[in-house]
Amino acid sequence: MKPIRRRFPWAFLAKRVAYGALAMLAIAIINFFLLKLAPGDAAEALAGQAGTADPAYIAQLRAQFGLDQPLLSQLWAFLVRLATLDLGYSYVFNERVSVLIFSRMPATLMLMGAAIVIAVIGGIVFGVTAARYANRWPDRVISFVALLLYGTPPYWIGLMMILIFAVTLGWTPTSGMENVLAFNTGWDRVADIAHHLILPALAQSIFYLAIYIRLVRAGMLEVLSLDFIRVARAKGISERRLSYRHALRNAVLPLVTVVGTNVGNFLGGAVLTETVFSWPGVGRLMFDAMFQRDLNLLLSILVLSSFFVILANLIVDLLYAVINPTVELK
Amino acid sequence: MDRLKSLLTAILRDWMMLLGLLLLATVFFMAATAPLFFPQPPDTMMGPPLQWPGQYAGAPLGTDGLGRNILAGLFYGAQISLLVGFASVTVAMVFGILVGAFAGYYGGWIDNLLMRVTELFQTIPQFMLAIVVVAVLGPSIQVIIFSLAVVSWPAIARLVRGEFMVLREKAYVQGCIVVGMSDMRIIFTQILPNAMSGVTVMSTIMIATAILMESALSFLGFGDPNVTTWGTMIGMGKNNLRDAWYIMTIPGIALLLTALALNLVGDGLNDYLNPRLRSQRGQ
Repeated sequence: MKPIRRRFPWAFLAKRVAYGALAMLAIAIINFFLLKLAPGDAAEALAGQAGTADPAYIAQLRAQFGLDQPLLSQLWAFLVRLATLDLGYSYVFNERVSVLIFSRMPATLMLMGAAIVIAVIGGIVFGVTAARYANRWPDRVISFVALLLYGTPPYWIGLMMILIFAVTLGWTPTSGMENVLAFNTGWDRVADIAHHLILPALAQSIFYLAIYIRLVRAGMLEVLSLDFIRVARAKGISERRLSYRHALRNAVLPLVTVVGTNVGNFLGGAVLTETVFSWPGVGRLMFDAMFQRDLNLLLSILVLSSFFVILANLIVDLLYAVINPTVELK
Repeated sequence: MDRLKSLLTAILRDWMMLLGLLLLATVFFMAATAPLFFPQPPDTMMGPPLQWPGQYAGAPLGTDGLGRNILAGLFYGAQISLLVGFASVTVAMVFGILVGAFAGYYGGWIDNLLMRVTELFQTIPQFMLAIVVVAVLGPSIQVIIFSLAVVSWPAIARLVRGEFMVLREKAYVQGCIVVGMSDMRIIFTQILPNAMSGVTVMSTIMIATAILMESALSFLGFGDPNVTTWGTMIGMGKNNLRDAWYIMTIPGIALLLTALALNLVGDGLNDYLNPRLRSQRGQ
């Protein structure tokens, strides 16, 4: 049988990009009005929350936000500043907001990536095992543990892991991203960061691990009851091969979509994980911004994170089309 | 009466749901009897600090770094968890049902517009949005309930929309249209009751999520500063991680069991309300 060659879906891509741009615009507008909700003049609120009541600073903020202008031109100015990534200056951190956020991005992406990999691999392995032994004891144990993990506060499991693995057993460091005093370079530094990464990545993945186990298990049970599996079994293919090669491919497809929709939740969860583990990422920055009442920084993080989610969803949409050719791209 | 009876038999047959209901009843009991067993507010010093569970008779589960009774904190914390969980999901349900019902019933551009807005809210990272809403409006129980409702309604809206799109095409709804029933009456008295089973299951599980999110906000120190919650207790206990780990462990277990209870009840309700799907859980 000749494989059907598919043209790259340019029209679909263009449509999705246009929709993504519109969504970004809408999110920016929502944020603008969120800032408007703050009691009092935004400039006073921002200055007060940044810890200064300096009239010159307030006047500068007023000019910067154009607060004497009508609402629509204020909105336009806000959008222009956002489009040029001119997010303002954080007096709390003495740094431009855009620089502050982008310098924290790599740490968060690393943590998120590791957590997603753990959750997906764990979800597949345990989910498939549970489905293969459906309603027997391995399934019951896995399903019950997944149910427990699903209800576990993620920050609390992080603290418990610190208590057990770092404090009691001494296997891992308690917090931070690397041992800066060791002045590691090259592979030593990579190993050191990986060592620091284990606990936060595990803690962050727990909740999603629980979801993915349930998802893969349900998907596998559905696929395993289909006719083509019965045929494959009749041909004498081993159960393991049947599960991992024939059934899993079909059962894992919904997982891709769910991982895509979870990207935003991973970012939100990073606020907790990074705070618990003092991981120097965007989440920790958000905690500090909230703690210091730096409202402008908070909103900037929210906007940029939302933009990131839109991008991630776009990528997942395309990826989905690549791994599942039966999907029609519209 | 027959429905109630069949629900009761279903509960007794499904021990997981029974366990969930028992746990949930315990949490409600704790919330209701907190002022009875512990007349003093939970943030008063009740004994020497850092007493381990069983060490000090006045506080069976020990005291924290400031000598506060952990058991009293658990009882009062149950009030806040339940209040925030149920109130925020109720608000989210009202809003989500309205949006989902109109989108699913009318379709066309109304559906398009409402669903784009819904998707937009799902794009914004939930927990970050909740934090920003609290930052803008100030930390109080009301604001926290509102912020959790803001992040919870889209899921309900999408579910309700899906159900409405299917039910709208059913013969009985077409019949209602033919006899000249008004749209509002069809939506709220004819379709909505049939769409409620899915909403009930989802809301039960969303209460658990809302309770966990409230505890996370309190844990970070962004909760209502005037009340003791399980999240604040964990946040305080974090400082005694090395010498008195029970302080943060106990409220964590309370949260875990409460969320577990709600998920068990949700699963059980799902099996009861959608018996055709039961095979998927392999029961």
